[in-house]
Amino acid sequence: MNIVVCMKQTFDTEAKIAIDSNGRINRQGVSLIMNPYDEFAVEEALRIKEKLGGEVTVVTVGGQETQDALRQALAMGADRAVLVDPGLEETDEFTTATILAKAISGLKYDIILGGFRAIDDGSSQVTGRVAEILGLPVVNMVVKLEFADGKAVATSEIEGGSQVIEVALPAVFTAQKGLNEPRYPSMKGIMQAKKKPMEKKGLGDLGLDAAQVAPKVKVISYFLPSARAAGRIVPGEPADAARDLANALREEAKVI
Amino acid sequence: MAKGIWVFVEQRDGKIKKVTYELLSAGRKVADGLGEELCAVLPGNGVAGLAPALGEYGADKVFVLESGALEKYTTDGYANAVASLAKQYEPGAILMGCTVAGRDLAAQVAQKLGTGLMTDCTDMSLEEGQLVFTRPVYAGKAFVKASCPGVRPVMATIRPNVFSVGETQPGRSAEVVSAPADTGEIRQVIKDVVLQVSTRPELTEADAIVSGGRGMKGPENFKILEELADVLGAAVGASRAAVDAGWKSHSFQVGQTGKTVSPVLYIACGISGAIQHLAGMSSSKCIVAVNKDPEANIFKVADYGIVGDLFDVVPLLKEEFKKKLES
Repeated sequence: MNIVVCMKQTFDTEAKIAIDSNGRINRQGVSLIMNPYDEFAVEEALRIKEKLGGEVTVVTVGGQETQDALRQALAMGADRAVLVDPGLEETDEFTTATILAKAISGLKYDIILGGFRAIDDGSSQVTGRVAEILGLPVVNMVVKLEFADGKAVATSEIEGGSQVIEVALPAVFTAQKGLNEPRYPSMKGIMQAKKKPMEKKGLGDLGLDAAQVAPKVKVISYFLPSARAAGRIVPGEPADAARDLANALREEAKVI
Repeated sequence: MAKGIWVFVEQRDGKIKKVTYELLSAGRKVADGLGEELCAVLPGNGVAGLAPALGEYGADKVFVLESGALEKYTTDGYANAVASLAKQYEPGAILMGCTVAGRDLAAQVAQKLGTGLMTDCTDMSLEEGQLVFTRPVYAGKAFVKASCPGVRPVMATIRPNVFSVGETQPGRSAEVVSAPADTGEIRQVIKDVVLQVSTRPELTEADAIVSGGRGMKGPENFKILEELADVLGAAVGASRAAVDAGWKSHSFQVGQTGKTVSPVLYIACGISGAIQHLAGMSSSKCIVAVNKDPEANIFKVADYGIVGDLFDVVPLLKEEFKKKLES
């Protein structure tokens, strides 16, 4: 089984978000991590490889700093990495998906994996778009994945439960929390990762130009939420506080 | 020119999800602002009977896409049917609920139509004749306002519970159009559906949620939260700490790596208020926190707080709420 993982580098979950003088999200000094949902995807790829053989390629679209996240995937056990640095100012999910799909179309694959969403923009559409461009079926929010007879059986989360879906390969799956527990890279893995191949490409290397990947969505502005004003502590012994709170929720907040 | 605001009608087993009505109410306003039609798109099997009532919620027209292949939601079946209808009628905008199915469907349809999609939006407005959407990024630590100038249809998924359902207009009728359902080849074969039997509402749709965190001390203690929830008709949620401890399954988790909720009332019990949790619930309309630690971060976002032992306070709250709701 040859597996391609679509990966994104994101801000650390603890990162403080600020807006710079150009009205954009300030990236200075923010520590970067592999998107946690993509980590589930990398881990699943490695488990499939360990069981069924094959090669794991991790692909990302981003700047040169994205190499860190790719090295982490290689240290976990992925075989090779592809970094496409499009050097574009403005991108959206259409842009990224078009580039990823083009990069993947030159690779061998039976399975394509990604996280079901990224924790930065949370848009949960890039991997699905990649599937559509490549003409492959997609199953999102997968919490269990098994293979038999050239088919995959995926358990995916739905509201209030789960469903089991069978698809023929090649196919695309996105990982939901619960699929697995990602491993930490071993010291040996970290050393080996330095020698593993990392291909770096630009837009032109893929035969794409800026017009073909021009974003459909245009950002108007970024803003920080107005701080939620701290409310009040309802004082008193538990019995009094509970009574007063119930009154406040009925009379002031009008929510019960 | 592409015209009309479309709303995807999400139903499961013939029951329409509430977010659909929220979108019809919000969609009505922008359709009026633009002087365009509001259309409901209703795919399914044996769902034609649901169409007329959509007029009372504001739809001018209902496209009914009937097919045995649309009995259950599948990515390919629904995406092919909706995209092919959109290619034929060229709407100006397509809105869907940011639900499991809505999120899945929107990405496929957007790519099939070669258009832009803004997901999990918490606001929608008209600015200079342009539909503008606001959505949280970085787990709600920032927001972005965006639009799709020059591209049609504009697509967006909207977070459930952010728009309220307007008053229905009894007797208001919609033109019902039966359209062929072009489902194409459906490659996702559903083998099984397992729904947990619960008398409580689904987390993302609930009007009220009672959540527990590390302070619950163990899985058995969630019983007191369930009792409180049942008085309110609320769903039960959990923080990441409670899920990681194995007290509740991941499907209960509210937060950055769990579900995003915006109920009218959110009651956080024994939850410290880590940024990861706040990301999932800070758009709730009214937040109540019960925590022993007066310095807990959750009090910084709570509208009302009680500093105290939740094992004392929660049962008392249950009794007080019961009195209020019975009076």
